[in-house]
Amino acid sequence: MAKGIKDKVAILGMGCSKFGERWDSGAEELMVEAFKECVADAGIDMKQIQAAWFSTAIDEVHVGKSGVPLSVTLRLPNIPVTHVENFCASGTEAFRGACYAVASGAADFALALGVEKLKDTGYGGLPGGRGGPLQALWNANGTAPGNFAQLASAYMATHNVKYDDLKRAIAHVSWKSHQNGAKNAKAHLQKAVDMDTILNAPMIAAPLGLFDCCGVSDGAAAAIVTTPEIAKSLGKHDLISVKALQLAVSNGSESGHNSWDGSYLHTTRIASKRAYEEAGIKNPRDEVSMFEVHDCFSVTELVTMEDLHISETGKGWKDVLDGFYDADGKIPCQIDGGLKCFGHPIGASGLRMLYEMYLQLQGKAGPRQLKDPRIGMTHNLGGLPRENVSSVSIIGRLDA
Amino acid sequence: MVGITAFGAYVPRLRLNRQAVYEANKWFAPGLRGQAKGERSMANWDEDSITMAVEAARDCLNGTDPKSLKNLYFASTTHPFKDRQNAAVIGTALTVEQGLMAADIGGSQKAGTSALIAGLNAAGSGAATMVAAADKRLARVASATELQYGDGAAALMLGTDNVIAKLLGTRSVSMDFVDHFRGDESDFDYGWEERWIRDEGYAKIVPPAIKDALQAFGLKGADITHFIMPSLMGAVPKQMAKMSGIAETAVRDLLNATLGDTGSAHALVMLVDALETAKPGDKILVVGFGQGVDIIALEVTAEIGKLSKRLGLSGWLARRKEEKNYLKFLAFNEMLPLDKGMRAEFDKKTALSVLWRKRDMIYGLVGGKCRVCGTIQFPRAQICVNPNCHAMDSQDDYPMAGLEASIMSFTADSLTYSPEPPAYYGMITFPEGGRFTADFTDCDKEQVKVGTKMRMTFRIRDNDTMRGGFKRYFWKAAPA
Repeated sequence: MAKGIKDKVAILGMGCSKFGERWDSGAEELMVEAFKECVADAGIDMKQIQAAWFSTAIDEVHVGKSGVPLSVTLRLPNIPVTHVENFCASGTEAFRGACYAVASGAADFALALGVEKLKDTGYGGLPGGRGGPLQALWNANGTAPGNFAQLASAYMATHNVKYDDLKRAIAHVSWKSHQNGAKNAKAHLQKAVDMDTILNAPMIAAPLGLFDCCGVSDGAAAAIVTTPEIAKSLGKHDLISVKALQLAVSNGSESGHNSWDGSYLHTTRIASKRAYEEAGIKNPRDEVSMFEVHDCFSVTELVTMEDLHISETGKGWKDVLDGFYDADGKIPCQIDGGLKCFGHPIGASGLRMLYEMYLQLQGKAGPRQLKDPRIGMTHNLGGLPRENVSSVSIIGRLDA
Repeated sequence: MVGITAFGAYVPRLRLNRQAVYEANKWFAPGLRGQAKGERSMANWDEDSITMAVEAARDCLNGTDPKSLKNLYFASTTHPFKDRQNAAVIGTALTVEQGLMAADIGGSQKAGTSALIAGLNAAGSGAATMVAAADKRLARVASATELQYGDGAAALMLGTDNVIAKLLGTRSVSMDFVDHFRGDESDFDYGWEERWIRDEGYAKIVPPAIKDALQAFGLKGADITHFIMPSLMGAVPKQMAKMSGIAETAVRDLLNATLGDTGSAHALVMLVDALETAKPGDKILVVGFGQGVDIIALEVTAEIGKLSKRLGLSGWLARRKEEKNYLKFLAFNEMLPLDKGMRAEFDKKTALSVLWRKRDMIYGLVGGKCRVCGTIQFPRAQICVNPNCHAMDSQDDYPMAGLEASIMSFTADSLTYSPEPPAYYGMITFPEGGRFTADFTDCDKEQVKVGTKMRMTFRIRDNDTMRGGFKRYFWKAAPA
């Protein structure tokens, strides 16, 4: 394996817009909202940015294609701007591009900005009908919740978990995120809900009810990265550095070969192993302080905690019910409310996860601040359980 | 000796309770009360004459290789396409293209019998010939035909070897007697007075034709063991038999109580019904009426005892689910403007060039089998899907439509647009290898669980109403 980029890149500044149904804003206004906070936090002039990566996933319902919308909106000084799209993991892809530019020496300051404006379609849920002409002829008539719901049926069958136990565990996942989201002023959903409400909510795609599904939100998030040396020369201290960035992409074996049982995310198992290796983490259950994982659906978070090698395979539901991932548990997960409550503006989500880690690691997370976190891990998943991209990042204090 | 070598049928799973229809419509049409008995078959929203004919053809083939098929006639008055050969869609779904003469036959209620005569003529040279017939007729709300019609299909294999019912002769009369019509500006039939149809039509056209036919075939009315004659008027077949010296006990049941009249397919559907229990030596007279009359005489041979077991009409009739929701029947037939929501607005435009390139995959459900590692996979790809193989250009065609699969994971999706929510779908795996995420159809909540055995069935996936109704067909999984 290559050496990796551990501690070669530091986060100089980050910003995040208020997430939610932003009827007041288009994608452009959201981009500026996140960028203003980010560039102020970085303490540099925007003209110093030498390259940018711009993530959106469903750009056909808002800004359209290419790097131009970012460049025009921010009036960037004709620098390289690359538009990246990798399903719901697009935000982490923008961050990866910016970090690689800095790590390689191609840029001193690089910007990653992700945005999604989803609430101009006229209906709830994600926009549909985006496959190519061959997919349109044979792909099942599915939605995101329906495809992730299948994880639940296969998980129960594979590990012999009773329906009621599974349903309670995934309800607890959402209950916990609502508790956390209530303390986040930028979150889309800021209301705690009780277990009965979650368990008795209308079905969206069985067994996933309304509260098992994350919100569809508008929002933007951004990061400016540089090298630790440059950051120090700018007078910054208590630096937050990148420990690992790994991406694993399905190659069709889950969807087309009978070796996968449907109960887990094959790519997440691979990406997280590589990330621990890059970061030099031997025992993640003891070393990682907190997680922001891709809880697009409650059951996704449940299996992800196994696929990140934190909970034992088939036993994650017990950890969840034991409160292991609660705010006061051993390793808090989704302390900002997660996709479930902070919201899920697709192209921004990976950067939003990093934003929370960045705040927590600096002790700036306000009422939801955890005690002395040192290493944070994000998991940003795009696609469907059977065919996806799984992006894992580890960031932490430079001295951690 | 030419004749029938195999038979098959198909009846949609749903059976519309006629009393439920009557209850909904009696405020307007109280006179229908007398017909509010029993049930009629009702196509699912994803079925049409093509899909039903494919199912009947598969039942008829019953696992035998269709590659030797030389002629395929498809009779219907509800061909889904006016210009695009419907029979060729069936042929492609059966994975037969090369050397196949395919033709659609329509335009009359006797299209089924006319196709059978054409098929028998073609099969006389020894060429394997299939005749399939299916109809899914619409009827106006609160009409008698709404209660009388049923949806269904039949298929017959014709040839000169292993004949189970040999041809004794055919005779046809063609004349423009208009008992009803369906112009190209209407979805519905317009019919004339029944008494006139009976007295001036049936009574004056059919008996003389039967008389001439029996004479030509060297038969007497009393020789006929099974008299098959569809009619919406239940007493007419008995009357025709009596006028022709055929015993009343020979008159076959019209299947009104359990199925309804399947239109141009009905003579063949009734023929399959008769063949299922026929004995060697039985003589069958089939009469198709509509703008004249077709008469076909057959004699059952000892070969019938050797025909492999298939579902047939009785098997498909037994696979039933009662439907009492009349509004659902109207909705499935696009006769109820439901608020489908914006998710129903997604464009269903089909890239015809893609469909052509991938027709074996999409219409034939043909996957691949790797010559290097033996892995079966769908779709067939240039690089093997097996993570331990990944051989290149290593796959042979592997038809999967006839294989049984089982559910690995599933959901019931209430978010996606479906004409019958929730949409059931999930990943199905084939035991020998291969899997894909399939839409499920004809299933109930209790049946959809991990491990349920599923059979593949050719169905409508989408209907592109923006472009005049281009139906996209693909295979779905239904409980086996």
